[in-house]
Amino acid sequence: MENKFVFDSKIKMILYGMIAVGLIALLVGLFSEGVVESRFWANLLLNNFYFLALALGGTFFVAVHEMGESGWQTSIQRVPEAMGRFIPFAGVLMLITFLFGIHHLYHWTDTAHHDEILAGKAPYLNTTFFYIRFAIYFAGWSILSYYLRKASIDMDSDADIKYYKKQRILSSVFVVFFAITSSTSAWDWLMSIDAHWFSTLYGWYIFSGLLVSTIAMIILILIFLRNQGYMSHVNKEHLHDLGKYLFAFSILWMYLWFSQYLLIWYSNIPEETVYFVERVNNHSTIFYVNLVMNFVLPFLVLMTRNSKRMIGVTGVVALIVFAGHWVDYFLAIMPGVVGENTKVGFFEIGLTIGYIGLFLFIVFLGLSKASLIPKNHPFYKESLDYHTNY
Amino acid sequence: MKEITKYISAYYLDEEDLLSGIKKMQENNVKVLDAFTPFPVHGLDKVLGIRRSWLPRVGFIGGTIGALTGFFFQMWVFTEGYQMNIGGKPLLAIPSFIPVTFESAVLFAAFSMVFAFLFRSRLGLGAENKIYDVKSTDNHFVVVAGYEENKSDDVKEKMEAAGATIIEVKE
Repeated sequence: MENKFVFDSKIKMILYGMIAVGLIALLVGLFSEGVVESRFWANLLLNNFYFLALALGGTFFVAVHEMGESGWQTSIQRVPEAMGRFIPFAGVLMLITFLFGIHHLYHWTDTAHHDEILAGKAPYLNTTFFYIRFAIYFAGWSILSYYLRKASIDMDSDADIKYYKKQRILSSVFVVFFAITSSTSAWDWLMSIDAHWFSTLYGWYIFSGLLVSTIAMIILILIFLRNQGYMSHVNKEHLHDLGKYLFAFSILWMYLWFSQYLLIWYSNIPEETVYFVERVNNHSTIFYVNLVMNFVLPFLVLMTRNSKRMIGVTGVVALIVFAGHWVDYFLAIMPGVVGENTKVGFFEIGLTIGYIGLFLFIVFLGLSKASLIPKNHPFYKESLDYHTNY
Repeated sequence: MKEITKYISAYYLDEEDLLSGIKKMQENNVKVLDAFTPFPVHGLDKVLGIRRSWLPRVGFIGGTIGALTGFFFQMWVFTEGYQMNIGGKPLLAIPSFIPVTFESAVLFAAFSMVFAFLFRSRLGLGAENKIYDVKSTDNHFVVVAGYEENKSDDVKEKMEAAGATIIEVKE
């Protein structure tokens, strides 16, 4: 049994190819007449945010399970740990996006025209404080996820309980920090696109999307690793639990989506309904496709126990949910930034492929640097013996 | 499930011994009928050959019926039975029906599962279930095995060989 992932040249070539497609799309976006500037920056924000969310979700997954002393996930823990490595890279890319594109993305940055509503929000929504928060988020997330992964890897060479205790403390700090920053970062980067509009549930809604897309990504990477002949200890039981997560968090996402929609629809106040009016009237196809991909399909397909235990079925659903949440963020960002120029063309798809390539490259690089098996973790044996009835 | 009148009961004090003991009995062709444990034992269902419960299917059917009932009842009430203009919304205001539809789905699913369970397990008010041995109501892991005519001693020996303490042989 191979304990270490070998990042061979064949996989590398495929990922380099994907990144090259992304770079070509970036050049097309820069120089093509068809891609207006707002569309260019909006797509960078979309992919940056999506893959940052996956990276954060990976670290969050580890942190929550360490805190909850859960045994079943220990044998797959190296995958979400490696996903967390993408956080600083996403930070750099996001900083570039904001430095050059902030005026195209957020109309509240334009302070020349007086706007009474925005003037009231100015203490929070101003460029200086925006960058200060940006720095705090990325400093906190990167440092905590780095040390969380380091404690886990150090445990491999030195079987000492102190690393486990360290992991527990770092996990607790991360979860508390993330509880606040997951909401505020969603306000900063996504909700403030429609700066006049607000929803108190928005942070939760984005967070539930982050959870479910992370689970989908973990499933996809695990299936890939198994197909390559690694992680033979990961069996149907672990997959079953991840399938349960995928099922449950799809419902949680729908629950929060609907809670937000129902209240706005029912109270029918123009300053609140503007968000959904724009999306239902002008982007109705994406609006309904989003719900089908992210709720109806996973809900119906993953309902039975057997489908959760079939690698093929869970894998396909994970792929749909992974694409579905890209669509969800697309719907959150595009109408506010790009408006009627919203299109899905080579630029969008190519850029996303590039980001997938970059994300997987960093994850696989992380996996190849450490053993795939946290052999000295106190719960490792429990994870191998794990089996689930329902 | 027919009531078992001819059986040999035996007990263990540990669930690991119970599991390995039952496996050993089955290898020696002892017909293990049932086991009674103070708490759910992992892997016992598999060893005893108990199929997966079909209760989730009852829940699904009950939930579907509940969702449809809840939805169409509201639809009938608001469009036919008692038309009312609420906040200028259309009579058939589907988003506002969803919470009630959801709740009635949960209610029907829960009740159908509870009653299906009570019916199938012969529980409920006034039910009298056979207790093979009072030890099974406390901290003992009780195994009940059947035997063929005049072979009780043979089965008894095999059970003892598997580490169980015999409680009684019932004719």
